[in-house]
Amino acid sequence: MKNFGKYIIFISSLFQRRESFKTYFNLSINECIKIGYESLFIVAIVSIFMGAVTTLQTAFNLVGPLIPDYVISLVVRDMTLLELSPTIIAIVFAGKVGSNIAGELGTMRITEQIDALEVMGINSSSYLVLPKIIASILMYPILVVMSAFLAILGGYIAGTISEVIAGAEYIYGLRYEFNPFNIPFALIKSYVFAFLVASISSFQGYYTEGGALEVGKSSTQAVTKSCIAILIADYLLAQILL
Amino acid sequence: MIEIKNINKSFNKKQVLFDISGQFEKGKTNLIIGASGTGKSVLLKCLVGLLKPDKGNVLFNDRDFTNGSKKLITELRREIGMLFQGGALFDSKNVEENVMFPLNILSKLNKDKKLERVNHCLKLVGLENINNKMPSELSGGMKKRVGIARAIVNNSKYLFCDEPNSGLDPLTAIKIDNLIQKLTHELKTTTIVVTHDMNSVMEIGEKIMFIHKGKKLWQGNNKNIFNSKVKELNEFIFSNKLMKKLKS
Ligand SMILES: Nc1ncnc2c1ncn2[C@@H]1O[C@H](COP(=O)(O)OP(=O)(O)OP(=O)(O)O)[C@@H](O)[C@H]1O
Ligand SMILES: [Mg+2]
Repeated sequence: MKNFGKYIIFISSLFQRRESFKTYFNLSINECIKIGYESLFIVAIVSIFMGAVTTLQTAFNLVGPLIPDYVISLVVRDMTLLELSPTIIAIVFAGKVGSNIAGELGTMRITEQIDALEVMGINSSSYLVLPKIIASILMYPILVVMSAFLAILGGYIAGTISEVIAGAEYIYGLRYEFNPFNIPFALIKSYVFAFLVASISSFQGYYTEGGALEVGKSSTQAVTKSCIAILIADYLLAQILL
Repeated sequence: MIEIKNINKSFNKKQVLFDISGQFEKGKTNLIIGASGTGKSVLLKCLVGLLKPDKGNVLFNDRDFTNGSKKLITELRREIGMLFQGGALFDSKNVEENVMFPLNILSKLNKDKKLERVNHCLKLVGLENINNKMPSELSGGMKKRVGIARAIVNNSKYLFCDEPNSGLDPLTAIKIDNLIQKLTHELKTTTIVVTHDMNSVMEIGEKIMFIHKGKKLWQGNNKNIFNSKVKELNEFIFSNKLMKKLKS
C-alpha cells in the first residue's frame, strides 16, 4: 500500500519540471523504435502459434455432426480479439519490454547516471520515463493489431494444413456475426496494459537501490508486478466494458 | 567561494551529519576527507542539491542554494559540474554526446560552437580522437577523465568530485588528481573533492576538511595536517604503515 502511494507520486512527478516538447519528441521516437522493433519478432512468433493452437484445440473439442466447421474460426476470432492478443501479448510485452526498462533504469540508478541528470537540473524521472510510457502507448496497440492478424492467419494455416477446416469455411466463420465493438475493446485494453507495463517497470527500475544483484531483482519484480496488474486490469475492464 | 552553515541531515531518524559549517575557496582544491561511512558523500550531495539538508544553508558566493527561488536554483545549476565516483557516463551515448550533453541542456551555443567546446575540453583532459567510442569501451581512468570533461564543459564555476581516484592504480590516480588541480587553477573554479586517499591529501590538499562520524573535527591544509592535535585525525592519517614510517 505504501508502495502504491509512492507509485502515484512517481507518476505525478513525471509531469513536473518538463523539458521542451522537442526533447520529448526525439526521445519518444527513439523509444518507439526500441520498444516496437525489438518486440516484433517475439510477438509475431507467439501470435502465429497461439492462433494455430487455438484452432486445432477448438476443432478437437467441437467434434460433432451438429456443429458446423465455421464455428471454429469464429471462436478463434473472438478469443484472439477479446483475450489472447491484448492480454497474452501484454504478458509477453511485460517480459520483454518491462524487464528491459527496469534493467536500464536500475543500472542508470546504481551507476549514478540518474544523479548526473539531476545535478544538471533535469527532472530525471520525467526525462527518462515519460518517453518510455508514450512510446509503449503508441507501439503496443500496433503490436496487438499485428498480433491479432497473425494469430488468425496462423489459425488459417494450421486449420487448412491439418485439414480440420476448409479455407473458405474458415473465412466464412471469421465474418459470421462479427461484433465490431470487440475491436475498440481490444484497443482500450492495449492502451491500459501498455501504460501499466511501462509505468510499473519504470517505477521498479527507477527506485533500485544497491548493486547489480538488485538490478536483476528489479527486473524480475517489474515483470511479476506488471503481470499481476495486467490480470487485475483485464478482469476489471471486462467487468466494466462488456 | 562556497560556504556551508550548520548542515544537518538525517535518514529515518538516524542522523548522519551534525551541524557542519565551513568554507571552500575559489581557485583551490578543497578536500573533504574522512573514513568510510562518515557522511562525505551525503555532505557532497547536500552541496550539489541532490539531497536537501534538514537544517542549514549552502551558499554559492552568498547566493542561497538551499532556500533560493526556482530561478536562482536553475541559474546555479548551470554553474555546477560534478564528477561521479564511477564517471556516471550515459551508457547509450558515445564520448562526444556525453560531453556535449550539458551543453545541449544548458547552453544556447550553435552546433559547431558546441563541438568546438567539447573537443577543447577533451583535449584539456588529454583525450583526443576518441569522440565516437562508447563508455563500455573505455578504461576506468578514461571514463573519469571523460567525466571531468563533461563536468567542466559548460564553463562550470563550481566543480565537485566524489572520490575521483578510487579504484585506479596509484599512477593514474595521481594523474587524475593533478588534472583536477590544474583545471582548478587554470579555470579558477571552486573545486571540492571527496576522498579518503592520503596520497591525494598530500598531492592536492590546499584546503582540507576532516569529517568523523558526521561531525567536522578539523579544517586546515596539507602543510599543517601533520601537526594537528585531533586524535581521530591522527588515527586516520597514520592508519597505514608508510605514513607511520614517514612520521618517525
Ligand atoms: N539514501 C540514504 N538513506 C539512508 N541512509 C543513507 C543514505 N545515504 C547514506 N546513508 C547513510 O549515511 C552514512 C554516510 O554515508 P556516506 O555515503 O556519506 O559515507 P561516505 O563517507 O561517503 O563513505 P565512503 O567513503 O565509503 O563513500 C552511512 O551510514 C549510510 O548508511
Ligand atoms: Mg562516498
